[in-house]
Amino acid sequence: MNKCIERLHNGILKENPTLVLMLGMCPTLAVTTSAINGLGMGLTTTVVLALSNMIIAALRKVIPDKIRIPAFIVIIASFVTIMQLLLQAYIPTLYKALGIYIPLIVVNCIILGRAEAYAYKNPVLPSLFDGLGMGLGFTIALTIIGLLREFIGGCSVFGYELNLFTPVSIFKMAPGAFFVLALLTAIQNQAKIVGAKKGKDVSKIQSGCGSDCLNCTVGDCADRVAAVSAPAADEVNVVKEENA
Amino acid sequence: MNTVRDLLIILVGSSLVSNVVLSQFLGLCPFLGVSKKTDTAAGMGVAVIFVITLSSAVAGAIYHYILTPLNMEYMQTIVFILVIAALVQFVEMFLKKFIPALYQSLGVYLPLITTNCAVLGVALTNVSKGYGILYGVVNGFATAVGFTISIILLASIRERLEYNDIPKPFKGMPIVLLTAGLMAIAFCGFSGLI
Repeated sequence: MNKCIERLHNGILKENPTLVLMLGMCPTLAVTTSAINGLGMGLTTTVVLALSNMIIAALRKVIPDKIRIPAFIVIIASFVTIMQLLLQAYIPTLYKALGIYIPLIVVNCIILGRAEAYAYKNPVLPSLFDGLGMGLGFTIALTIIGLLREFIGGCSVFGYELNLFTPVSIFKMAPGAFFVLALLTAIQNQAKIVGAKKGKDVSKIQSGCGSDCLNCTVGDCADRVAAVSAPAADEVNVVKEENA
Repeated sequence: MNTVRDLLIILVGSSLVSNVVLSQFLGLCPFLGVSKKTDTAAGMGVAVIFVITLSSAVAGAIYHYILTPLNMEYMQTIVFILVIAALVQFVEMFLKKFIPALYQSLGVYLPLITTNCAVLGVALTNVSKGYGILYGVVNGFATAVGFTISIILLASIRERLEYNDIPKPFKGMPIVLLTAGLMAIAFCGFSGLI
């Protein structure tokens, strides 16, 4: 049980997919025009992430290594389709607001990244909680960004008008999304600089991938998640060797 | 004449007015990742035009001739993502074998495009807007041209940014995102076109 709680803590705080790892930026920017949209997108992704992690972990010994990526994609796409139909039936307003970004959850690199980095190597229950933790971390980040943009851009919170100041409506439009994200990465960079001065390990903070994809030596973005989670796996191996 | 007018509207609308990166946020990863140099950005842009135009034709054909007659429209997400992944692999193998010159210039970009959400995004938009195959292909082409325009613009700005004195926390990604935001404001100006 301890491991499950550790996974939740890991996803929400230590390796928050949006605020620390900077993954899945397309939906983060596109749907956070209001807090409620961010929350809805986050929760939808959480369900897909948790369930697909669980199924992939359950099938990890059946799926051949060579075709694992297509297999992951089929599993993820199935859950996305299920969620899309459920939303369309029961929460049509959210379905309309999120639009094309619901089916695009399939290509959200957080989900494929977790499948590759965690679920394919670990048992069912920790994988489920890993998915839940990562998903909730994503949800919290999206809601905060949505809240910020809604407050500055529309002077309202969760749809309630406040009438405190004249809204800066550009924050609700596309450019505002870029500005908020720029500010976020700048804060991250600052945290990294300060942390490095104090001698803390800041290798986990990614601040977006500043590198050139063509000359990328880090590998693809799924590997980036794997690299972050790798120390944990190494520790497990060390423990195993010591036991042997 | 109506068809030509509609196609022109799609062409301008998808490439400039609702630009795929700057107003829909699709394909952000290559937009930020491959925009350090103008020539690589241009190469990426051409590869994206090629793949998106082809994939919107194939995805459109599959949707209209296989999924619709079978009443299986709800399978579109799964089918499209698999078709696109297979298509990119196939194009890569085909170019390598038969047109090595083109492979030399586009090959390196192809694997980067497989996971590009713009490709799937265009296929899904075509369906949700009810475009036929011809309209879909034109929309795909226009969207990709929009992507190419914005990535080349960003790359040219970034080449100049290299030599500027930027506050420390804003070095790297933040300043690029701010630039993209300013470009998005500029692109808002196109909204009066249609």
